[in-house]
Formats: sequence, structure tokens, C-alpha cells
Amino acid sequence: MATVKVSEAEKVYILHGIRDDLRVDGRGCEDYRHVEIETDVVSNTDGSAKVTLGDTAVLVGIKADIGKPRPMVPNEGYLEFFVDCSANATPEFEGRGGEELGTELSNTLYKVFNNKHSVDLKSLCISAGEHCWVLYVDVLLLQCDGNLYDAISVAIKAALFNTKIPKVHISADEEGAKEIELSDDPYDCMRLDVENVPCIVTLCKVGHRHVVDVTLQEKACSVASLIISVTHTGTVTCTRKLGGGSLDPESIFEMTEAGKRVGKALHAPLMKLLRQEESLGKTRQKVGFLG
Amino acid sequence: MGNLLSDQGYRLDGRKASELRKVQARMGVFAQADGSAYLEQGNTKALAVVYGPHEIRGSRSWIRHDRAVINCQYSMATFSTAERKRRPHGDRKSTEMSLHLKQTFEAAVMTQLYPRSQIDIYVKILQSDGGNYSVCVNAATLAVIDAGIPMRDYVCACSVGFVDETPLADLCYAEESGGVSSLALALLPRGGQIALLQMDARLHQDHLDALIEAAMTACKGVGKVLDEVVRLHLKEVSVLTGE
Repeated sequence: MATVKVSEAEKVYILHGIRDDLRVDGRGCEDYRHVEIETDVVSNTDGSAKVTLGDTAVLVGIKADIGKPRPMVPNEGYLEFFVDCSANATPEFEGRGGEELGTELSNTLYKVFNNKHSVDLKSLCISAGEHCWVLYVDVLLLQCDGNLYDAISVAIKAALFNTKIPKVHISADEEGAKEIELSDDPYDCMRLDVENVPCIVTLCKVGHRHVVDVTLQEKACSVASLIISVTHTGTVTCTRKLGGGSLDPESIFEMTEAGKRVGKALHAPLMKLLRQEESLGKTRQKVGFLG
Repeated sequence: MGNLLSDQGYRLDGRKASELRKVQARMGVFAQADGSAYLEQGNTKALAVVYGPHEIRGSRSWIRHDRAVINCQYSMATFSTAERKRRPHGDRKSTEMSLHLKQTFEAAVMTQLYPRSQIDIYVKILQSDGGNYSVCVNAATLAVIDAGIPMRDYVCACSVGFVDETPLADLCYAEESGGVSSLALALLPRGGQIALLQMDARLHQDHLDALIEAAMTACKGVGKVLDEVVRLHLKEVSVLTGE
């Protein structure tokens, strides 16, 4: 991740502030920065979303393709994640520089979604054992200002909500081979149920307290962080500890509880916003990067 | 190829032969980069970001004692094309585009003002619908201006094709893949200087002059739009800073 150089005096200042529940930009320890979400920004995709969390900007595009189901689960489709840390964010990501971070992010995403409940994979099946929908979730990191996991998970949830998968009709032709026909009507499509899609909350340990949604400066003062992916019911699907420092079990328990609380509270406003945006329908003015 | 230009003179998307697509742009999109710009030309969308001038990163053998080194990277988002692209950059096409961008901007940026330093220009295509190189150059011009790096002139680019004895300006993807002889041109409009000219198709030499003329006119048109965008941005910024 792009790093920022912070002096000792600045670190002490940040630490003391957090100890008194007052961060540098005036937020409390469990407050998020200003979030902007817009869906349907790229028309080539089946679903897309752009999320700006403070200065972090993430663009997610989802393309649905017909593929062969995995041998172990023949009546389910699957998701493929790819995170591209583009050089736009920082010159260090030029060429293959961003690959390491990209692989780490996509591996975590696989773990977060690797359960039966997040996305209904059975609805992605076309004909068991032969054809299924594969959703390629491509994440593009445009600006890095800390808290990538949270921004990416919110963007993925919004993009999945926005995804329209065309309905298919399977017909058998003369030789008995199955033929797949995509519906011609662009509005005849299937939507995904994103109620159970988890959101990732990153908590960083700064001093003796844990902080949600860190900026790069605050991250430089923390030694370890914990990411928790939480669904709207408070179920945890994945937990991971990041960073070189160590956490004692008490802290981990406290951070998990805080993460569950914060994560659970994220879902309701997010779904409300997405439904509101959807209800604007055709009258919505698409802004994208022009706003 | 016959249906690319109808008898009434309309193209596939309803434009006339010399009509450009709608250009919309915004400068200063990202706060962290030194300069950034977003440009849309029809359905092709590109984001350009400039870092620099700064000290040379990496190999010190690239240092030039008399001017700055320009480093470009062209990459496409994996969801930008109709068929999903597996690798955003690193393939031959992207490397070739990066070299073309480097060549184009070395002609325009006043690199002799920044010896021993490096200017990075990164362009990302978010949606691809033809004219990728042109949109990149136009977006990168705005980003370089946003970064405050002095240039000799705007760099405006446009692609033109030749169909039925008529030059078509600003090709979309359907036209490009329809087997049209296409030419990409990057122009410095004030002096009429060509920074890059590229064509890899068969064209009779009698038609070449007409095609280049059409390209230059199209580029000048793009230049006017870019100029308006820059002036508008300057007005907005000076209003915000209270001047």
C-alpha cells in the first residue's frame, strides 16, 4: 500500500488524539469518512459501481460469462475475483509493482465469499454439470488513502446489486445437444439477492484503542490490524489479522465485537441508498468522474 | 464494409463523415496525484494521471543530464472491452501504446526545463469503444496541464478512416473492426506540427493527403474542446481560491 512518512511528533499527536476518541480530522474512533457510491458507471459490464471513501477511490466491474461449473459443485455457479492496483494510485504500482497487493486483496476476497450464504450460487446454475454463470468481479484501485478492504467490499456489494444477468432458455436441437439462447430483451434479466453479501470492516490497533477507517497517516502509527467481514445479521464470514505487530487475545475479542457492531450498522444505510438510486430509474443523471 | 457509410452520408452511429463524437472532460479528478484528468469521447472513457517531475526512481542509468525522462504506461481495465481482458497491461499492444504515448509527449513537453528528473504519465482505459490512442493522448494532455508541467502546445489526437472515397473522423470500435484503413494522428494545433502519425493498413497514395488533412481538421476540433475545458477549469479554480 502507498505509505506516507510520519514523524515521531506526529505519531505521538495522533496517538494522544485517538486515546481521547478524537482523530486528526475530528472523527470518533468508529466513524467512517465521507462515502460516495454510484452504480452503473461502465456500460460494457453487467454491473458496476464506483465508491469513493475519503480519498480512496475504487471502481468495480462485473461481467457475467457462461462457463463450466466446478466438478465438486455441479449445480452452482461461481465468482472470480481480480484486483488491479493501477499505477494511477501511486507510481510504485507501475508494471508489476501492484501485483503483490492485488493478489493479497483478491485472495482475501475469495475467503470472504467462500461460503454458501453470501451469494446464492445455485441461482447462477443454468444446467447442472454443463453450464453455469461465472461472475468475473474486477476491482480497479484508482486512489489509495487507506482502508482498501472496506471500500472494495462496499463497491462489490453495490456492483452485485446493480448486476443484471440475462435470462437464458435452454432448448434441445435435433441431435439432442443443448443450445443456450440468451433473451433478446435487454430488460429481461435476473438480479442477484445481495442481502447476505458481507461488508469488510478493518480495525487498526493504534496505541491501546482500535480505530475504524484509518487514513494512511494513522496506519503509519498502527502496528497491527484486523479485518472482519460481517453480514447484515452480524454473522462473521472471515477474519484476518494483518500487519507485523502482535495483538493479545483480549484486544482481538474487543476488536471483533466492535467490528461486528460497526459492520452490522453499515448494511442498512447502504441497501437503502442503493434502492433509492435504483428507484430514480432513467431520470438519474450519470455523473461518474465528471462530477 | 459497405454499410459503414450510408447513401445519405450517415455512419453507423448517425454521425456525418467529419463529425466527432461528444467530448466531455474534467481535470483534477484525483487529489493525491500531481495532475489528473478524465476524458470521454463517445463511449470511450480514459483516466490519465501524472506524477512529476520528480527524482528518477529505479535505474539511475536512465538519467539524462539535460532533460527530463518521460515514462508512460498504458493499461486497460479488465472490464473495458466487450470480451473480458485477462491482463490489464504487459501485453505487446499495451507496451506499443506506452511507447507511442512516450514519443508523443516527448515532442510536446518542455523537458529541457527539468534535467535529471522523471515525469510519469499513466493512462487507464475504463471503457473501450474505438480511438483508444486518441482518447489517451487527449486525456494525458489535460492531466499534464493539470500538473502544471509546461508544454509547447496542446497535443490533440484523432483517428480517421477511409471508406467509399470519404475520410471518416473519430472512428468507433465497430468502424475500426470493420476493416477500414485507419490512421491515428497526434497534432500540436497552433503550429500544425505532427507529433505522431500511425497507420497500418493499405491505402492508395493518392488518398493519403486527403486523409491527413481530414485528420488535422479533426484534431484541431478536439483542440478547441480541450482549450475550453482548461479555461473552464481555471475559472472554477480561481473562483474557489478567491482571486
